[in-house]
Amino acid sequence: MTVPSAYVLLDDGTRFDGVACGADGHAVGEVVFTTGMSGYQESMTDPSFAGQLIAFTYPHIGNYGVSSEAMESDRPWARAAIMREACDREDSPGAEGGWLRWLTDCGVPAISGVDTRALVKHIRDLGAMRGGLFPGATSEAEARGLIESEPPMAGQDLAAEVTPTTVSRHGEADTGPKIAVLDTGIKGSMVRELLARGARVALHPCTTTAAELLAEDPDAVFLSNGPGDPAALDYVVQTVRELVGRKPVWGICLGHQLLCRAVGLETFKLPFGHRGANHPVKDLQTGRIEITSQNHGFAALGPNGARTIGADEPVRWQTDFGEAQLSHVNLYDRTVEGLELLDVPGGTVQYHPEAGPGPHDSLYLFDRFLRRIAEAA
Amino acid sequence: MIGQAAEFDYSGVQACKVLREEGYEIVLVNSNPATIMTDPELADATYIEPLLPGPVAQVIARERPDALLPTLGGQTALNLAKALHDDGTLERHGVELIGANYDAIACAEDRELFGAAMARAGLAMPESAIARTLEQAIEALPRLGLPCIVRPAFTLGGRGGGIARDEPELRALVARGLEVSPIGQVLLDQSVLGWGEFELEVMRDGADNVVIVCSIENVDPMGVHTGDSVTVAPQQTLTDRLYQRLRDQAIAVIRAVGVETGGSNVQFAVNPETEEILVIEMNPRVSRSSALASKATGFPIAKIAARLAVGYRLEEIDNDITGVTPACFEPTIDYVVVKWPRFAFEKFPGTAATLSTHMKSVGEAMAIGRTFGQAFAKALRSRELDKPPCLGDVSDQALLDGLEIPGPERFEAILELLRRGVAVEAIRARTAIDPWFLSELRTIAEDPEAPFQGERSFRSVDTCAAEFPARTPYYYSGWERPRAGGAASHEVARGERPSVVILGAGPNRIGQGIEFDYCCVHAAMTVRESGRDAVMVNCNPETVSTDYDTSDRLYFEPLTLQDVLAVVRVEQPEGVIVQFGGQTPLKLAAGLAAAGAPLLGTSVEAIDLAEDRGRFGALLAELGYKAPPYATAGSVKDALEHAESVGYPLLVRPSYVLGGRAMEIVYSRDGLADYLSRELPPDPSDPDGSPSSSLEKAVRGADGQGSPEGSPSSQNTGLQAPRSTPAIFLDRFLEDATEVDVDALCDGAEVWIGGIMQHVEEAGVHSGDSACVLPPHSLGEEMLGQIRDATRELALAIGVVGLLNVQYAVHAGELYVIEANPRASRTVPFVSKAVGVPLAKLACRIMLGERIADLDLPAGREGLGYGDHVSVKEAVLPFDRFEGSDAVLGPEMRSTGEVMGIARDFPTAFAKAQAAAGVPLPSGGTAFITVTDSDKAGAFAVAQTLHDSGFRIVATRGTAEAIARMGVPVQRLNKIGEGSPHVLDWIERGDVDLVVNTPTGSGARTDGWEIRRAAVAHGIPCVTTLAAGVSAARAIARAQANGEPEVLCLQELHR
Ligand SMILES: Nc1ncnc2c1ncn2[C@@H]1O[C@H](COP(=O)(O)OP(=O)(O)O)[C@@H](O)[C@H]1O
Ligand SMILES: Nc1ncnc2c1ncn2[C@@H]1O[C@H](COP(=O)(O)OP(=O)(O)O)[C@@H](O)[C@H]1O
Ligand SMILES: [Mg+2]
Ligand SMILES: [Mg+2]
Repeated sequence: MTVPSAYVLLDDGTRFDGVACGADGHAVGEVVFTTGMSGYQESMTDPSFAGQLIAFTYPHIGNYGVSSEAMESDRPWARAAIMREACDREDSPGAEGGWLRWLTDCGVPAISGVDTRALVKHIRDLGAMRGGLFPGATSEAEARGLIESEPPMAGQDLAAEVTPTTVSRHGEADTGPKIAVLDTGIKGSMVRELLARGARVALHPCTTTAAELLAEDPDAVFLSNGPGDPAALDYVVQTVRELVGRKPVWGICLGHQLLCRAVGLETFKLPFGHRGANHPVKDLQTGRIEITSQNHGFAALGPNGARTIGADEPVRWQTDFGEAQLSHVNLYDRTVEGLELLDVPGGTVQYHPEAGPGPHDSLYLFDRFLRRIAEAA
Repeated sequence: MIGQAAEFDYSGVQACKVLREEGYEIVLVNSNPATIMTDPELADATYIEPLLPGPVAQVIARERPDALLPTLGGQTALNLAKALHDDGTLERHGVELIGANYDAIACAEDRELFGAAMARAGLAMPESAIARTLEQAIEALPRLGLPCIVRPAFTLGGRGGGIARDEPELRALVARGLEVSPIGQVLLDQSVLGWGEFELEVMRDGADNVVIVCSIENVDPMGVHTGDSVTVAPQQTLTDRLYQRLRDQAIAVIRAVGVETGGSNVQFAVNPETEEILVIEMNPRVSRSSALASKATGFPIAKIAARLAVGYRLEEIDNDITGVTPACFEPTIDYVVVKWPRFAFEKFPGTAATLSTHMKSVGEAMAIGRTFGQAFAKALRSRELDKPPCLGDVSDQALLDGLEIPGPERFEAILELLRRGVAVEAIRARTAIDPWFLSELRTIAEDPEAPFQGERSFRSVDTCAAEFPARTPYYYSGWERPRAGGAASHEVARGERPSVVILGAGPNRIGQGIEFDYCCVHAAMTVRESGRDAVMVNCNPETVSTDYDTSDRLYFEPLTLQDVLAVVRVEQPEGVIVQFGGQTPLKLAAGLAAAGAPLLGTSVEAIDLAEDRGRFGALLAELGYKAPPYATAGSVKDALEHAESVGYPLLVRPSYVLGGRAMEIVYSRDGLADYLSRELPPDPSDPDGSPSSSLEKAVRGADGQGSPEGSPSSQNTGLQAPRSTPAIFLDRFLEDATEVDVDALCDGAEVWIGGIMQHVEEAGVHSGDSACVLPPHSLGEEMLGQIRDATRELALAIGVVGLLNVQYAVHAGELYVIEANPRASRTVPFVSKAVGVPLAKLACRIMLGERIADLDLPAGREGLGYGDHVSVKEAVLPFDRFEGSDAVLGPEMRSTGEVMGIARDFPTAFAKAQAAAGVPLPSGGTAFITVTDSDKAGAFAVAQTLHDSGFRIVATRGTAEAIARMGVPVQRLNKIGEGSPHVLDWIERGDVDLVVNTPTGSGARTDGWEIRRAAVAHGIPCVTTLAAGVSAARAIARAQANGEPEVLCLQELHR
């Protein structure tokens, strides 16, 4: 059996050995797992994974190499890849490069040969926790120190790390609805889906003020996905609060949580989050079930503080901006997956209709979204 | 039968279970007695009747069902449902078609409609043309180009299809295709040979919610039927983007075809370079692949399809694996599943051992591992090959050239080449196999141990990659890096109750089929009823035994000694049962006992006494029973010497076989010499010249497999064969003997005879291939008495605890013992259903400690059954799939399935069995008779009866004279040599309705061979023994007198 040359150490001292296969050095952060069986490159480059080490439950990772089409942003954001059986193959028909070569070039440490199922069961039972990936040479004591020095995920503003420093604009000039994005780490797929429907998209740093955004006179404001704890983003929440009612506001993932907080609803940390491509979500308006792409560690509380929604009814919240109605519910753990504001234009979903990676069942939401903008206009 | 095996018993059983839970009354029709679904407990009314519109219409008229569910019974059921709709039966009786509506079935099965539907949905398919005549096919050539794919409409497993590489091939294939297609239509497809082949298992509910249960990638690219391909789940080589496009298209297909509820299998061809996707076909029903997908993911497709069919929505059904999530999701897995087909070309000399678009494998093994390497290597050893190929001396070039046209041993060749360091590119160039697979294979080739580094632990198949805790104990073993300090992280929830481990039968193969799975399932039921945990070990994804509902804990593992011992170590069972899975577990008995595993039932010592030719022979002599003189020979010289003392004709065979492998009748010294030259090659490393006794065998198996603790050694991948000296058995062949099969129970002190079966064909036709009747129709009371006594004495003398099967031959009024199998036999399910006594269950109770006295068995008529019905078992033969093989029965077993006919009299039961086997006897027309000289005298009886039934009799000269001499009008027909119009012309023209042809000894490509081949090709009933001829003639006469036979309900027969 290949001698271990690296190891994963968790906050609680649990250790998993493996073989180093990415960039040198160590990585610390929150250790999470994703159950998607394909789309490893999309996940690594999804800014929502900033500050996290991804354990892939599917054993073989890297089979079809890497390609520019699979980039969800311009670089990997996850801090490390934890795998059972990584491989590096340029010779796959569609590949522009090898997976491990790419990780190394991007400076991302990775480990293979890890009993990822045991790791995942540990996290499932005890919850996502801080941890790190370390070279075999690093002593556990030293490793512990490094983990200690890493702030816990709850309360972390990671959006600041991933948000752009300047505005960027996409889509042909002066046609189509103008959408201003508060970019807390948007995935390329979201921009692609909006552009594909003829929208003009401007990506703004998440520090942009409401006044600055309103000055652009967009047809709608879009709150993107992103990493970290929504509770740590009060400055963005404040901005959103000033926008609600003035402009139609739509959000996905972190954006969903930010809008919820902006209208006075609460969010909480899930034990180990939803990360994968197979969660069933029910659209309460059509009764249809979508298989969804998921990537979040926090969720919105239901009416009167309930973490889960018992029945498949479009239950309602009283918000600071009138009533909000549940639009989508997760059939795995019955958490809130989306809502609509009834008295002001706006709505959100917790999951990822843009896929990348994952199923396309929910792309219709982008149509719905643009239809609503048209109606509001 | 090939293309439709145990998987539909699995799906049918699941359907029966859930529909009953839902409170529906179930009427079940199936002609196969070796199925769990035909157990009287599973349905309210069970009809073992031919799956033809006539009988089924009778059942419908009799039972007045509200609905017909055809989507769980494979192509047969779909075609039947279509016929019953077309002939108005369903409408007449107000029966609703559920699962898939008529239009959906028609759309998916009729390539023309399907193509149109795909076009409407904007989905691409290969360029194609429909031909109803040869001319139309030729016209299409310029557009499609060569090679092109020929596929007859509405046939099973691609039967009659193929790849036409040039025009002559095209003409031949089209001609055959037009014949086998029930609607006389073939489809010509532009070839996409070498593209990737993918399958998606799709489920849709009445609210139009659709989920993909599993993706399956064929390691063999397009051109090898999915049933013959090595396949892997989930798909390994597609990017997420490309996979999601497949997913979108699969969903579009099921909607376009209009399958409202249930599961479908959609097949795609993908060009990895251009990322083009083409739809190949969809099956609007549960399929072989869906059985595989169910076992691979833990998502019970058939069960859920049945619920959907009666109106449930996916979200309303629980995922019983987690117990907390709904069935409306897509399983995600954290392991790899590999399926290997099992072939039987060696049994069909004369047929080319090549793989193509029509399915030829007879079974499959599935393996689960944490990595592809683990799964692939486990699957390799799960196949249990009789003769692992040894390619050591074949040159690189020869091996590479051999890959150009895929054959059953292509992966052994690839592994050998990789071991020798041949470049992946060179292999890819010839096989178009994705380089990812090839580089994974290289690792295995270089070091067969590589996948098994680390520590073995049992993990759960949980549908969710551990995101939720699993409730259902369905396990596989994987090898992991040991955790620092921590013990092996088994996930087995053992509980406190004592457990009994039941070893399954492994992959279906000729000689060891679904019958043995039936017995294992019955054992599991019995163990559970006894208050113990039933633990199943098996690696066959098609079966009911590998349904996680069947046992308390299921271990999906290969059936080799060290794999089984690993299970025994975690289970610490009260006992291990080796009697029900055929030869597979029996071979392990000694090794298991040696390792201290507690075997239940017949002891290793007793097994050896029955299986060791020498010891058994001595026992017979001691008890004073006759047996055919025999000898064992280790060398050609020996053999030729001993032959003289034993005396010709001889029945010769290698010592290791099951199902009569390589068994032949030789009439002379030359014949023997010829046989020996084929079966005793000088090469000392002849892999399978293993000792005959199960004891030595298992011991060999044991050390072949390294120490139990150790990781599997390369023998277990079947890549290297154990060495030992060959042995050949010589038996005096008893001519014109009546063969008798007996199944009996014994508790060590008392014996109960379950069933005595008289074979229709004479001894010399393998018991697995000959029709047999229960109760015997022509053995006198005196002989029956002798048989009972002999069976009793043998069972006690051997020391059987459980089941014993004895085969006898009655020769010139004398009883001879042919062999005794100290285990459940092929005929146990048939006997159980004929007699109405569940033999396997009772045997299991005996093994668990009960006495025969405790079983309150019916007294008297022992072995003859109860009630006034007669049961006939008939074999289903696959000759039509092995072009060029001789369709004649012999001592080597060739059948791939069996059917049962039950009636008030023998002829009617025989006729039912023939119809069920797919060759219904004609009611009139022309009978062609040509028999060997020894049969000429008897031929007249057949002719007479047929003549009285109004048949025109035609015969070749010799036979014609013999018949005419007895005063039966007969018309002479030219032999093939005697110039046209000769026999073949008659058959080809369709002027013959029944062929009676008994072979003239051996000799390939004789007239007889030509005649039988033609008959099979044209689907004309062809009887190859006089005995069967007589039965057929009587059956025809009876049918004329009584008309369409009445259908019988099992529950009423055994009331
Ligand atoms: N156009 C084609 N080019 C190459 N191979 C093909 C083509 N169409 C089918 N095949 C091969 O033939 C096999 C059988 O075809 P399929 O349509 O699946 O028939 P069946 O109903 O027997 O499954 C497929 O598994 C595939 O490997
Ligand atoms: N001495 C014999 N004379 C005539 N037929 C025989 C003799 N021995 C075997 N056979 C025929 O060969 C078949 C296979 O032989 P058997 O010993 O039963 O092998 P298997 O173990 O494959 O069942 C039998 O079913 C019987 O028809
Ligand atoms: Mg197919
Ligand atoms: Mg036999």
